[in-house]
Amino acid sequence: MATEHSRSSARLMIAPAVFVLLVWMLVPLIMTLYFSFADYRPLRATFETWIGFDNYASFLTSSSFLSSIGTTLWMVGSILMITIVGGVLLALLLDRPMFGQGIVRILVIAPFFVMPTVSALVWKNMFFNVDNGLFSYLFKFFGAQPFDFLSQLPLFSIVVIVAWQWLPFATLILLTAVQSLSSEQLEAAEMDGAPALSRFWYIILPHLSRAITVVILIQTIFLLSIFAEIFVTTNGAFGTRTLTYLVYQRVLESQNIGLGSAGGIIAVILANIVAIFLMRIVGKNLDN
Amino acid sequence: MGRITLDKVQKKFGEAEVIPPLDLTIEDGEFVVFVGPSGCGKSTLLRLIAGLEDVTNGEIRIDGNPATNLPPAKRGLAMVFQSYALYPHMSVRKNIAFPMKMAGMDQAEQDRRITKAAEALNLTDYLDRRPGQLSGGQRQRVAIGRAIVREPAAFLFDEPLSNLDAALRVGMRMEISELHAKLQTTMVYVTHDQVEAMTMADKIVVLRAGHIEQVGSPLELYHSPRNTFVASFIGSPKMNLLTGDIARSHDATTIGIRPEHLDVVERDGTFVGRVGVSEHLGSDTFFHVHIPQMEEPMTVRAGGEVGLRHGDTIHLHPQADKIHRFDAQGLRVA
Ligand SMILES: Nc1ncnc2c1ncn2[C@@H]1O[C@H](COP(=O)(O)OP(=O)(O)OP(=O)(O)O)[C@@H](O)[C@H]1O
Ligand SMILES: [Mg+2]
Repeated sequence: MATEHSRSSARLMIAPAVFVLLVWMLVPLIMTLYFSFADYRPLRATFETWIGFDNYASFLTSSSFLSSIGTTLWMVGSILMITIVGGVLLALLLDRPMFGQGIVRILVIAPFFVMPTVSALVWKNMFFNVDNGLFSYLFKFFGAQPFDFLSQLPLFSIVVIVAWQWLPFATLILLTAVQSLSSEQLEAAEMDGAPALSRFWYIILPHLSRAITVVILIQTIFLLSIFAEIFVTTNGAFGTRTLTYLVYQRVLESQNIGLGSAGGIIAVILANIVAIFLMRIVGKNLDN
Repeated sequence: MGRITLDKVQKKFGEAEVIPPLDLTIEDGEFVVFVGPSGCGKSTLLRLIAGLEDVTNGEIRIDGNPATNLPPAKRGLAMVFQSYALYPHMSVRKNIAFPMKMAGMDQAEQDRRITKAAEALNLTDYLDRRPGQLSGGQRQRVAIGRAIVREPAAFLFDEPLSNLDAALRVGMRMEISELHAKLQTTMVYVTHDQVEAMTMADKIVVLRAGHIEQVGSPLELYHSPRNTFVASFIGSPKMNLLTGDIARSHDATTIGIRPEHLDVVERDGTFVGRVGVSEHLGSDTFFHVHIPQMEEPMTVRAGGEVGLRHGDTIHLHPQADKIHRFDAQGLRVA
């Protein structure tokens, strides 16, 4: 890609792909924007093309909006915590030479290949179910009352399910980072009198910081749009209604497409703010 | 204090015996160089002393105290690695301070030692930089600084100069030698470069496949190598080893003559041959001389400007008292 000639032909060749991507992205976005300024309720046969910012105002002022933001932050935050801490520990563990390393690694990565809907259903019916769930059997075995996770601790349950799905991703990225740490650095620290915990804190963790920011960035983008797990387990009840789910409810359950679209646009704006913020941090971390 | 004693120390990786049982004493304040070809176990031996590898058998004592099972940090030794192994996310100052911080030394004392080390190593202007912003030679000095501030019983160096260019290597060689003269601390230095070994060492340990072939001062090794391996390993260019009739006439299986101990004469030389490749270094010229009855060309050192060209006939005469004789086992004959 050095010469002027190859650069311009490269541009020419990627043009179709860029065009398709733009159309793919812009058409739904523009339609959503269009609906967000309309009063569009198909079931009541209402369609008024321009009502100004009414939809935005009512979405932002509704009490469910603020609570959904809180729920989203809680959910994303705790999932990030679990996957990062768990991922670092698992990566350090998997880095050790052990018997059956190849198989263990594949097993650890496996959850990532399970579709979100499927894994949510499996967790709901096989683990959390009060009558037949494995946890209930476990509780009974120890003589305790079976616990109904999904209705008693709904948010926690969803966090567990999603964290289980994303832990392999974090582990994988962090494992490659752990493996790229030169062993001489650790040996030097050992000679310098650093015990294992100090070596982790002063050498390994700073080395991982770049990988950790990348994991946070990628996961946040995906986690902001968690849907299937909520849909399958609690249907947004018991304080598990995230912003994404609220938009879905407005559009499909209340059949208020205008209001839902406004919510969608707000979600896009918020997600972009978060993304810019994260990119800044990542950029700063990648610089040094 | 830093007297290190190895007593029948052996190291195996699985089935492979890298270091067969080996005895060695490193006296306090000595500059000892381990030298040998690649893969002979120099680094392994150094890492055994450092405690980064467990010995399979035998005992290591430091200042008379058993150290075989002590963790590296407790041995009071400091190591400088080939790749420097600086901590990339810490400034030079923090790098140098790290061992003191781990030892829980108070801040004022830390600062005092950092200042002193930085002055000694010309690092004062770079203290707030990251290792990534330094040149190879500066990184090397930071690594040495990190070792100095601990005031260790002995320094261990594993090929510390092999990543530097030739000019810098000569400079750093002097600096390390000066440092040794100033600190008078034991230094154990690994290299495969015999010039480094010859110029820096008080005592050279020549290793081959984990065996100690000879221990001695540089000149001892140069003047009386114990066997043909040491003879050809020490000295540059390497010694000419001759077998056959010429060796038998000296009552030996092999004789060795260093290139600098062959005189170029006008006529009636012991060896007569044709000049092959010649290397002109300015001060010296090395000729590779092809002699009909020998398979290998002989290397000869001549003065800076000798009017001999490729293909010319050359007469050589060895200095009689500089001929080394070896028996059938390759051992030196007195
Ligand atoms: N961790 C290990 N496991 C198995 N074999 C090893 C290990 N470390 C070193 N060896 C073997 O031990 C021998 C000596 O290695 P060592 O690194 O000590 O050589 P060296 O003399 O330092 O060589 P160089 O000059 O190339 O650095 C080599 O044959 C090497 O393959
Ligand atoms: Mg080595």
